[in-house]
Amino acid sequence: MTIQAAFYLQRRNFVLDVDMELPLEGVTALFGPSGCGKTSLLRAMAGLERCRGRLRLGEQCWQDDGYFMPTYKRELGYVFQEASLFAHLSVQGNLEYGWKRLPPAARTVAQADVIDWLGLAPLLKHRASELSGGQRQRVAIGRALLTSPRLLLLDEPLSALDRQAKREILPLLEGLAARTRVPIFYVTHAPEEVERLADRVVFMRDGQIRHIDSLRQALSRPDSPLFVDEGAVSIIEGTVGESLPDGRTPFTFNGLCLWLVKPLRQPVTRARLRILASDVSLSLHPLPDVSILNQLALTIIRVYPAREGRVLVAGKLADGQPLLAEISAYSAVLLGLAEGQQVYALIKAVALLT
Amino acid sequence: MSFSPQDMAALWLTLRLAGVTVLLLLVLGTPLAWWLSQSRCRFKTVIEAMVALPLVLPPTVLGFYLLLALGPNGPLGALSQALGSGSLAFTFTGLVIGSACYSLPFVVQPLQGAFTTIGRRPLEVAATLRASKLDCFFTVVIPLARNGFLTAIVLGFAHTLGEFGVVLMIGGNIPGLTQVISIAIYDHVETLQYVEAHLLSGMLLALSFSILMAVYMLNRRFSVVHP
Repeated sequence: MTIQAAFYLQRRNFVLDVDMELPLEGVTALFGPSGCGKTSLLRAMAGLERCRGRLRLGEQCWQDDGYFMPTYKRELGYVFQEASLFAHLSVQGNLEYGWKRLPPAARTVAQADVIDWLGLAPLLKHRASELSGGQRQRVAIGRALLTSPRLLLLDEPLSALDRQAKREILPLLEGLAARTRVPIFYVTHAPEEVERLADRVVFMRDGQIRHIDSLRQALSRPDSPLFVDEGAVSIIEGTVGESLPDGRTPFTFNGLCLWLVKPLRQPVTRARLRILASDVSLSLHPLPDVSILNQLALTIIRVYPAREGRVLVAGKLADGQPLLAEISAYSAVLLGLAEGQQVYALIKAVALLT
Repeated sequence: MSFSPQDMAALWLTLRLAGVTVLLLLVLGTPLAWWLSQSRCRFKTVIEAMVALPLVLPPTVLGFYLLLALGPNGPLGALSQALGSGSLAFTFTGLVIGSACYSLPFVVQPLQGAFTTIGRRPLEVAATLRASKLDCFFTVVIPLARNGFLTAIVLGFAHTLGEFGVVLMIGGNIPGLTQVISIAIYDHVETLQYVEAHLLSGMLLALSFSILMAVYMLNRRFSVVHP
């Protein structure tokens, strides 16, 4: 099943002109600098922004020439940048607001599950004004989820939160798609959130879609917009195991293992590991006497031309997953790095994305 | 010492008038205030100015035009006669219409302010939670605008209580029928019945003060709960 969306919206100094067709599953990130139209696109999908266009979910039409389904009839959940809880209702009242408006047969999500999963039980009697930012956003997510949506739209749900609250909400968002199987559109300008959550990325700029990539494709371009802030990044999917008494935690993927040293707050099973290319060094041989914990064999696929004295080396691990290393151009020449060569990636600061 | 039957009638009439007027204004003023708070229509400013007009217009001017409109030859009076209920001037219905015009801004403006303060976001949230516009109005807008409604009711009621000029113009001074408390006080003073004037004035003062006190206390209590 796919979602087809095409919108044209004209504002002062701004034109949104998009047309896309995507699989209706997983997490789609709408990524771009502020003012690029990603929020407008999301609002248009929700019917909050009235504009010319077309929107279809599978066989169901939400908008077309001469037809506009009002927002309240669209089976969607929307989480705004600020939680925007109803001030006159308790947490419980907020959670139930949409739920009560569904016909009982349409309620596929149980209140108890959502309350339990988001840890809202102790807050139910509180008013919105008594909650912290992170707690409010949790309620907003639960409230949207309880409308049993066919589509979940999240508009920078983390951007108004402090670091601590972000750290609290991000794992929940990771679980959201997997648990609920509701397709998600996620607006953000933070590469880290894309790398951690998205299955595919819609890159937007100046009101238009530049390209749509799977996350892996998006991370394989050395000039990816995702790399603007922190430089190139690799994402490895795997499983976090039980911590050992010596403080190490294994992260296994396809028979390979990386050691994490950062203690995890909660036992995670499936996870994405985010490795900055600048944290990866290369060696021609395995090194027995270094403090670096992780040494993985790497086959070089490509050495990109030097920029500002540094080169980006793309390689693949034994299981075929890509890994990027950023080293100085001098070292690259010294080691004589070439495509197809077998080297060892030394990964020092491996930390789970938090 | 107690009120004369005529004063009691005036007092009762005044309370009834104020009550009916506020109810009428809530029914008519709420949609009007909502429209004013949401609309980007070009004529909005014209309507806003018209709503505010009774704030600056001398009550006698307003009363004069209303008298013409409500009288047997005026449009409203003619309509009422055609429906078989006689002219509206010098009747309770006429008084209600006059008071409603006179107190309109005192109900519409606090409501419009409260609606504007709510902003678009709660309405959008309600829509994404499957609430139709009407549903949203009753379950989100009205509860969030509660203080605005409280202010509107009190100001509308209190303002109608103290009405004088408009009532005198369109209602005359018919004891038991159109004589309101402020006119009764005026009558007492004119005929040097200072004791009766004192009684009524004191009562009106105490009443108005206690209503306002009650409102401010309620507002304070609510605002502690809702910063």
